[in-house]
Amino acid sequence: MKNTKNLWWGLIFLILLSPLGLILPELVKSGPAWGEWSLEEIEKMVGFIPQGLKKLADLWPAPLPEYNLKGMEGKGLIHSSLGYILSGFLGVCVVVGVMLLLGKCLGKKDLP
Amino acid sequence: MHIPDGYLGPQTYGVLYGVMVPLWAIASRIVRRTLHQRQVPFLALGAAFSFVVMMFNIPIPGGSTGHAVGGVLVAILVGPWAALIAVSIALVIQALLFGDGGITAIAANCFNIALVMPMSGYWMYRLISSGATPTSRRRWIAAAIGGYIGLNLAALTTAVMFGLQPLLSKGPDGRPLYFPYPLEVAVPAMAFQHLLLFGVIEAAVTGLLVIYFQRTEPSILEPAGG
Repeated sequence: MKNTKNLWWGLIFLILLSPLGLILPELVKSGPAWGEWSLEEIEKMVGFIPQGLKKLADLWPAPLPEYNLKGMEGKGLIHSSLGYILSGFLGVCVVVGVMLLLGKCLGKKDLP
Repeated sequence: MHIPDGYLGPQTYGVLYGVMVPLWAIASRIVRRTLHQRQVPFLALGAAFSFVVMMFNIPIPGGSTGHAVGGVLVAILVGPWAALIAVSIALVIQALLFGDGGITAIAANCFNIALVMPMSGYWMYRLISSGATPTSRRRWIAAAIGGYIGLNLAALTTAVMFGLQPLLSKGPDGRPLYFPYPLEVAVPAMAFQHLLLFGVIEAAVTGLLVIYFQRTEPSILEPAGG
């Protein structure tokens, strides 16, 4: 691969577009993905909350749930879109950082 | 397709950690042998691309949502074992930072999305495109079909994990302890959405990006690059 510059720009462009993944489902009133329901949604669907599921559901307090920043959620689509973009940038930075580090350890030295 | 915490019982997610840990180790060994330093930024791009693609929730009006993964594209560009590592990293960050997918289910989600999808899609691509030159039409068609097959198989293994739960664990009252719907509900529901919509999006994303690479950097599509 000679030049990855355009691909990095493409990635940034995708992050800026990512709120579409938030806005479109809102516009057509779609719910969560199949099999990714909240406890309340499960109770509504099957009439009870499975006990084991309830115990494990809140095991992990993710710092940025639903790709949103604290104080940016529930204030309308503009705020949540901004939070989504910032979450996207943050996530991409962490993923790229971890991958570069891992790649340094795993990749073999190139011959000159 | 990101299984949350609590949807799978310990005997399921435990077994999947048991399956994935050796596979991650094998992938690291293979990547250590085959990956060149100059390919590393590309691998990072692949992981980041997959991370972002999964943020594009595609709605079924009035129904549920789903998304593409980009896992087969990453496998076509860097090989399926490197893709296993790249997509796994994206999934781990999604679970830890954003609560997308449970932490007990990290191995299960990596099995479906980072293993089943890139491996099956990549080999489908190799099969259909064998002997085709990097810039030929058969290449991007093979990639699109690979993306479609890969995402659908991942949806299927996810649905099977879900649907097994009521069989594996019941409370004293006879009710399911974890995911409540049986196989005959989970499999058709997941298959239907992915066969008709999300798989088609995955095919388009994979095919279009392979066309992009055919025009800008066809050497990356050489079989040796796999």
